Amino acid sequence: MSKENQKLKFKNQNLRIRPLALLSVIVIALLILSAISAPLIAPFSYDAQDTANILKTPDSTHIMGTDKLGRDIFSRILYGSQISLSVGIIATLVAMIIGVLYGAISGYKGGAIDNYMMRIVDIIYALPDIMVIILITIIIGRGFLGIVLAISIVNWVGIARLMRGEVLKIKEQLFVESAKAVGAGHWRIILRHILPNTLGPLIVTMTFRIPAAILSESTLSFIGLGLAPPFSSWGVLANDGWAALRFYPHLLIFPAIIIFITVLSFNILGDELKEAMDPQLRKGIRIINGA
Amino acid sequence: MIKYLMKRIAFSIPVLFIIALISFILMYTVPGGPFDKEKKLPPEIKANIEAKYHLDKPIYKQFAIYIYNLVLGDMGPSYKYLGRSVKDILKDTFPVSLQLGLLAFIIPLFIGIPLGIIAAVYRNTFIDKISMFSAVLGITIPHFVLGALLILIFAHSLKIFPPALWEGWSNMILPAITLGIGPTAYIARLTRASILEVLHKDFVKTAFAKGLPYSKIILKHVLKNALTPIISVMGPILAGLVAGSFVVEYIFSIPGMGRYFITAVTDRDYPLIMATTMVYAVLIVIANIVVDVLYKVVDPRVRLE
Repeated sequence: MSKENQKLKFKNQNLRIRPLALLSVIVIALLILSAISAPLIAPFSYDAQDTANILKTPDSTHIMGTDKLGRDIFSRILYGSQISLSVGIIATLVAMIIGVLYGAISGYKGGAIDNYMMRIVDIIYALPDIMVIILITIIIGRGFLGIVLAISIVNWVGIARLMRGEVLKIKEQLFVESAKAVGAGHWRIILRHILPNTLGPLIVTMTFRIPAAILSESTLSFIGLGLAPPFSSWGVLANDGWAALRFYPHLLIFPAIIIFITVLSFNILGDELKEAMDPQLRKGIRIINGA
Repeated sequence: MIKYLMKRIAFSIPVLFIIALISFILMYTVPGGPFDKEKKLPPEIKANIEAKYHLDKPIYKQFAIYIYNLVLGDMGPSYKYLGRSVKDILKDTFPVSLQLGLLAFIIPLFIGIPLGIIAAVYRNTFIDKISMFSAVLGITIPHFVLGALLILIFAHSLKIFPPALWEGWSNMILPAITLGIGPTAYIARLTRASILEVLHKDFVKTAFAKGLPYSKIILKHVLKNALTPIISVMGPILAGLVAGSFVVEYIFSIPGMGRYFITAVTDRDYPLIMATTMVYAVLIVIANIVVDVLYKVVDPRVRLE
């Protein structure tokens, strides 16, 4: 066997604790914990104005500096994480519920119904996400609920597609057939037999969707079409900082770093989960489709 | 081939029609019209303006008028930029977005693919790990974070490139990098995975068995076959780059379509919102058709139907 061919052999990496996965879980847990306990650990209130210290660069009292009203950036980021994380998580959960049900029905029914249902998905899928979100928020408003709903409306289509594909695969398998044979109803088959078998891919998608939703919200707020003050989501903070980038870069840098770390941790976790759940991919020979 | 093309184009017309209908209804249901200003217009004048733009007619008539004009190539007047038609605005802004998109497209093409090849060839080594980790960074970094960072470093501190506007080549570099880095990372990952998959095929083993040099096997046997999935994402990526540059255009104050879309939304300039939406939809439909045809060119086994 040539040296090249030996390169094709891959190490068996079963049952190994993945340091990157562990690290990202820790970071995510810390983020969620600090969001929940923001009122306890934030040194200042999110709207407390320290008028003696306006636009201060980071020092020992204000570790991330202050904004033009003398508000503490670190505290605002802590409070902002409550909004940003809950937008991401709630929007993803709503999208999951719609997408899973829609995809399951479409895949399970098959035929003409499936065809029509998937054409609708194709149309929403075709347009750029951020554009559809903007169009929807024009109608339902730019409040917290409006943003969450708009992000869900865009995100469910990808989940519906994935779910449909999984259902198509699973519904031909013997255990579904035997469930039918003993007289299980459609909903029972979908909920008790098919759904549990799709959990793996669904969890992986969820880990990718949450950061995408967080990013959608912060991008919208950043370009001024999302949440607006008094909400202090990370995107709103970044938008504040953008105006003063040239002379007070710390106003943008800290929110930006937090957004990046959050999105990165979720994505790394998603990658690691995907690899751990897919033995083919673990060998590194499977095409990565759609991160 | 021509029959297939005709079929695809025929099929895309109802899709575009539905997109037009949906976005029209969306626009129509929005509270607040384009002529609701802080200063209230006298009711007679408002009625006059609304009559001029057919806003007083029922929605189905408005839609019929819109589609009729659209087919004739008239996208209506802008409500905000008085005296300018939407077509004129798009004529000015679309080339800018296209230029930016194409420029950004060069980066995944000439950096993403080679990076993926290198990572695949040196798989599971330090080089592979570094390039794949930077790919993860590239995929995750938000446009506005990267854009702001580049402006801070290259425009404000080093003063190599201007921080904004769209006047010459030096203006284009930072936005193109900001826009192109995500697809570059994505393509690098895809190329690597695709090559690794092909490396397991029997014909590659045969090539090894024949004793062909490694570089030749990669370049001639593997790469050719690994290209199919890459080509399939190239079309949507290009369309996404041209259509998805809102944020980058906003950051760098580039007078492209995305920036106008954002301002059109705040101004409730319905015809302009509709037109940009339609341009994006058409772009994506075309990109998908082109990809399917390219498939056939790259892989003769694919049958178009």
